[in-house]
Amino acid sequence: MRAAVLGTGQTHHRTRRTDVSMAGLCREAIDRALADAGVDWPEIDAVVLGKAPDLFEGVMMPELFLADAIGAAGRPLLRVHTAGSVGGATANVATSLVRAGVHRRVLAVAFEKQSESNAMWALSIQPPFTAPIGAGAGGYFAPHIRAYIRRSHAPGHIGALVAVKDRQNGALNPYAHLRQPDITLESVQASKMLWDPVRYDETCPSSDGACAVVIGDQAAAEASSRKVAWIRATAMRTEPTFFAGKDHVNPRAGVEAAQALWHAAGITDPLDEVDTAEIYVPFSWFEPMWLENLGFAEAGHGWKLVESGETRIGGRLPVNPSGGVLCSNPIGASGMLRFAEAAMQVMGRAGEHQVAGARTALGHAYGGGSQFFSMWVVSDIAPASV
Amino acid sequence: MVAPPLSAPLDIAFDYTRSLGPVLGRFMTGLRAGRVLGSRTADGRVHVPPLEYDPVTHAPVTELVEVQSTGTVTSWTWTDRPLAGQPLDRPFGFALIRLDGADTALLHAVDAGARDRLYTGLRVRIRWAAERVGHIRDIACFEPIDGPAGALDFQKDEPVTIMTTPIRLSYTHTASADESRYLRALAEGRLLGQRCPVCRKVYVPPRVCPADGVPTEDEVPIRDHGTVTTFCVVNVPFAGQRLDPPYVVAQILLDGADIPIPHFVIGNADDVRMGMRVAAVWREPSSWTTTPENIAHFRPTGEPDAPYESFEEHL
Repeated sequence: MRAAVLGTGQTHHRTRRTDVSMAGLCREAIDRALADAGVDWPEIDAVVLGKAPDLFEGVMMPELFLADAIGAAGRPLLRVHTAGSVGGATANVATSLVRAGVHRRVLAVAFEKQSESNAMWALSIQPPFTAPIGAGAGGYFAPHIRAYIRRSHAPGHIGALVAVKDRQNGALNPYAHLRQPDITLESVQASKMLWDPVRYDETCPSSDGACAVVIGDQAAAEASSRKVAWIRATAMRTEPTFFAGKDHVNPRAGVEAAQALWHAAGITDPLDEVDTAEIYVPFSWFEPMWLENLGFAEAGHGWKLVESGETRIGGRLPVNPSGGVLCSNPIGASGMLRFAEAAMQVMGRAGEHQVAGARTALGHAYGGGSQFFSMWVVSDIAPASV
Repeated sequence: MVAPPLSAPLDIAFDYTRSLGPVLGRFMTGLRAGRVLGSRTADGRVHVPPLEYDPVTHAPVTELVEVQSTGTVTSWTWTDRPLAGQPLDRPFGFALIRLDGADTALLHAVDAGARDRLYTGLRVRIRWAAERVGHIRDIACFEPIDGPAGALDFQKDEPVTIMTTPIRLSYTHTASADESRYLRALAEGRLLGQRCPVCRKVYVPPRVCPADGVPTEDEVPIRDHGTVTTFCVVNVPFAGQRLDPPYVVAQILLDGADIPIPHFVIGNADDVRMGMRVAAVWREPSSWTTTPENIAHFRPTGEPDAPYESFEEHL
């Protein structure tokens, strides 16, 4: 059964959204998504909520107290939890409910209110019998970025090139947390080294924010008066955080998810057939790494697409025209923002960061220690078969 | 006899903040002034505590109305042994209390003195905290209405927008049997690995093989020398950090192991390299316990670097 994105919504992402509660934050995104979809509450059949670890806000099972606010009273409510990839996984679960014929219209919402606590603290808790080596997500991923640079022989400025591109793209996005039109390669390279080889300007911010999408079946899509984003394929794969021989640079779960995705979408040459990609890049170097993992480039060659400017708006494959995670990182929502931005591109509703002629787009997210992968491909025309 | 797995306490705590938004902000501002506000939904019901969104129409709730600080117990239970962090430190009742003017009940503590003095239908009133700051704990508890009411001092301040909610979690963390053997060997200054019977990979610390899902079996002694596969220089300070930055956290592939362990490498951060050969620097044996911290850090050995190809598959 076919499914489509009927509408998307997101908050203005900021360091602190102290003007709203968690419920208010979610509703800001939900209300925009419903309006964008032209759908009212009685037409919503189920709600799927995603957010990252509960320790980030210190609320166990926030779906309990949010049930009223996110419209779950009288409807099925599911909570999805796959660390940083959760926003993408949440959209995929909602899609599955529609494609399976269980529901006609499903609301998916994901959020993070990082200002209620400190994710760096929450990700660096030292259990007994361990050495105090945790240093947040940056401390976790920096060694793997170093390994990528060594393996691919990428020049040292590639990470800074990505940062400049994404922050300039973010300046075109009214919802982005960081909007830095005047950023330069020199200013990025002059920024403080946080987790060598990762600099401050190559690192995502800590954001409060939410995102929501309304997924509908074929009848709902055809009843929509607005353009929809047809979901051509979804994929999710998982692997252990650590195992002997794990490839932290090019994780197998990501490779296999991408292969399954392209196969299901009938795409044989992703670089040729995908018009734009929203890829989960919390540290700038992950753009070339994921370009390879996703099959847009051969292993070791992803940085060449970046260096040649092909991932800028106007290039062969614009990556993160919204500014991506480097500009807004409400962790639980970050994956859904990638999925929603991909849909916005093929709906022609991306505003100033619209990629001209975008008809097929990728939304991608990853989470945990590069162990959860979720992705979808959306297009402006309905897939021939699903 | 097999020694039991090792256990140790894990206590974590954080003073979380709650951005209250327009509805709960007014509710907390009211509590600070000794007033209780409820929200009126489209069906006319008054909810205390207030709802931010109408569960029937889904519309944002905008109308807040004041209810009384007196009410009626609609159901209850009793606790003889209060726990740390609960509203009272002597036996008390947890009760659902419908405040006069409200249509829903609020869960709170009733300082009834004895179990037989608490009953459904009991009339109670709020006992306000001595110092009110705009927090749910401005309601200290409820008390039966027969006693004298405390005085209320009204104050006017800026609206309450944020509430702090300290959360303390106390766990007992238990290591697996395999990890416990590893830790006990560490306490004797030895490093222990185990080989997976299926993939033949040597895991340090030993664990159920994540790739094959079977327990590792053969114990393999591991040398305390190894190779830095990759590393990070931590320059950023953060809450809960145990070392002063900058410091190097490296992935170290111990000789004979098939998976690296993370640990510190001491020396000039600029000199640390992928492939650098390092050796463990152990603390004084008298201080050894069941922890990897018995190894203070690793130091460069001065040997030639290991060729990239020798550790490439461990990145």
